[in-house]
Amino acid sequence: MTRKLLTGNSAAAWGARLAQVDYIPAFPITPQTEIIEDLAAWIDRGDMDARLVTLESEHSMITAAGAAASSGVRAFTATSSQGLLYGMEMIYTVAGWRTPFVMVNVSRGLASPITLESDHNDIMAARDSGFLQIHCATCQEIADSILIAYRLAEHADVRMPAIVNLDGFYLSFTREPVDLANPSKAQAFVGDYDPENLQFRGNSPLSQAMAVLGGGPYSYFRYEAHLAVQQALSVYDEITDEFDDIFGRRYDMIDCYHMDDAEYVFVMLGSFSTKARDAVDSLRAAGWKAGLLRPRLFRPFPQQRIRQLLQGRRAVGVIDQNISMGMGGVLHSEFATALYGLKNAPLLGSYIGGLGGRDINQQEFFAIADELKQAYESGESLPPRLLYTQNELTEMRKLQAIARAEHAEIHQR
Amino acid sequence: MIKQSPVHFHRMKDMPSTHLLGTGTPMCAGCGGLETLHTMYDILGHKTVFVNAAGCMTLLSVYPFTPFHGGWLYTSMASAPAGAQGVRDAVDILLQKKKLPAEEDVEVVVVTGDGAAYGMGMSATSGAMDRNLDFIYLCYDNEGYGNTGQQYSAATPHAALTSTSKGSHGYPGYKKDLFSIWAAHDPAYVATVIAAEPLDLAKKIEKLQAMSGPRMLISLAPCPTGWDYDPELSVQIGRLAVQTGVWPLKEYIDGEVRHTRVPQQRKPVDEYLKLQGRFKHLFEPHRDEQGIAEIQARVDAYWDKTGAR
Repeated sequence: MTRKLLTGNSAAAWGARLAQVDYIPAFPITPQTEIIEDLAAWIDRGDMDARLVTLESEHSMITAAGAAASSGVRAFTATSSQGLLYGMEMIYTVAGWRTPFVMVNVSRGLASPITLESDHNDIMAARDSGFLQIHCATCQEIADSILIAYRLAEHADVRMPAIVNLDGFYLSFTREPVDLANPSKAQAFVGDYDPENLQFRGNSPLSQAMAVLGGGPYSYFRYEAHLAVQQALSVYDEITDEFDDIFGRRYDMIDCYHMDDAEYVFVMLGSFSTKARDAVDSLRAAGWKAGLLRPRLFRPFPQQRIRQLLQGRRAVGVIDQNISMGMGGVLHSEFATALYGLKNAPLLGSYIGGLGGRDINQQEFFAIADELKQAYESGESLPPRLLYTQNELTEMRKLQAIARAEHAEIHQR
Repeated sequence: MIKQSPVHFHRMKDMPSTHLLGTGTPMCAGCGGLETLHTMYDILGHKTVFVNAAGCMTLLSVYPFTPFHGGWLYTSMASAPAGAQGVRDAVDILLQKKKLPAEEDVEVVVVTGDGAAYGMGMSATSGAMDRNLDFIYLCYDNEGYGNTGQQYSAATPHAALTSTSKGSHGYPGYKKDLFSIWAAHDPAYVATVIAAEPLDLAKKIEKLQAMSGPRMLISLAPCPTGWDYDPELSVQIGRLAVQTGVWPLKEYIDGEVRHTRVPQQRKPVDEYLKLQGRFKHLFEPHRDEQGIAEIQARVDAYWDKTGAR
């Protein structure tokens, strides 16, 4: 095992290298690009025995990844944000092919307005596609999750593609120490790619992704894919137990921090949860029984485990770095669904924050905790909140004043 | 791809006598695109994997039936060439890593309509040519979005009536010159073909089989449903397209364009147009001399410019 200081992107590239991928269809997009640059450099230097091809779009890139995995090789690819959306037709399509490969998404907010900075609306758009989703909070977790994702995607009970998600900038460009698995151990863990029945040959009349007539066959194939994704829940535990045995690092499908006796719980995905960890530490020091629950596995959604973990807690604040227009936080909706009808279910609060890379500061976590406590004590339900400070609004007003002045000047000419 | 030893096609009796592609597909009777695919598949042989884009041919393979001996992958409207890239690269990797015996190598063939080739899929096609992908692309060009009921596409000829150009003058635009756009990429091979001239088609497939890199075919695909004529006229209309000079048969190799069939005495375009309901307004209720003359003039200008003999 080697310890290296790596950015999240480099950790992702190492994950693909250690998984011994054969084929990398690529397309550059910020903040993901460093991943394919690292891989291209290794291939050029002869350090990695794989083929990298830059396609002309993410739509083509995902098509090529699915087609190659369907032809018998282990494929890897990566994208972000607009790229994920540009390829969205194929995200759904290749999931229907039941073709296992791994894609890294480096999360970035969606246009419009256009931004380079991070939030989760991009990855949430792939939520219903059939891709498995693992969300990472550290660089170590990125490298390890890619190995786990290949095992999960290629498992005989699953056979679905997987996305490993990390936050742009906060994780993609942050260096952390990463223990890189010994290549032969990693190879032994991931194993050889078994295409099973996926192979295009001249002598076998295998059709893939063909048309069906009528809702009966269509529903059958769609249900099959859904059940396959759900089977990943039980398979996940087996695979991560094995990973722990070999590498000594544990990746439960839900990462729990101080959850044993927690009365007030933050729920978050991804690297911003490390900010919630700090807040939990401060709250604990001040006498609060605070905790953090972070789903690593988002698809399939670990509904039963969430019910077990949250039953009897006082209140839960779900902090979403995404916004479903006209509804609110996606994670909040999913938690509300998971907890519905549960005896002694906690109060559930919805907070939207961290959009387009906006920070969530410690004071905001404390304010959320206060609000949860008051709601619990008063028994009143919690209104949804969009995290935004007075200072941010003042700064925004200044920008608007400039925009108005510019506009007026243009019209005077 | 290991290239096969060529068979020579001089006469009709050299053509394969049995079809590889199974029968009973839901293609329309008289489909000019299907005829091209038949001939192509018969010559290429069964070691062929087809990668398809959304279009009429998507219905060739409907669960649980397939008319093919080998693989078939439906991708999307825009990305069939990228699907071919994935299959080709994967097969190359497997051959290189000795995970696939050399005799199991395949020829990867993209099959799309004109809607994909002339429009939505053009970027993916251009990319595949940039990357010098070793594949064959067959565009069956029925000059409109046929599978959705023949709306006009960038391949629709001037004056044709379509579901979205039903006015008294038909489609106001002009057919895009896809041959030149493809040739500008300098791929290994570009050719126009038509099933109604099977020897020309067979010779071109024989020729491209011996090559590697992007090998691009545009087949005019007479379409009884979209062009509004009786299916029994498909071959006649196809021949007239060539004899009138409306559909020049040509090929591009190494920077040179060569016409493979030069109609010495070009028939007037009327003979081609009048058999098709989509051009009926040029003849009824009275003959639109100006409209027909314009179409004739464009055809004449093309041949004058080429200087082809």
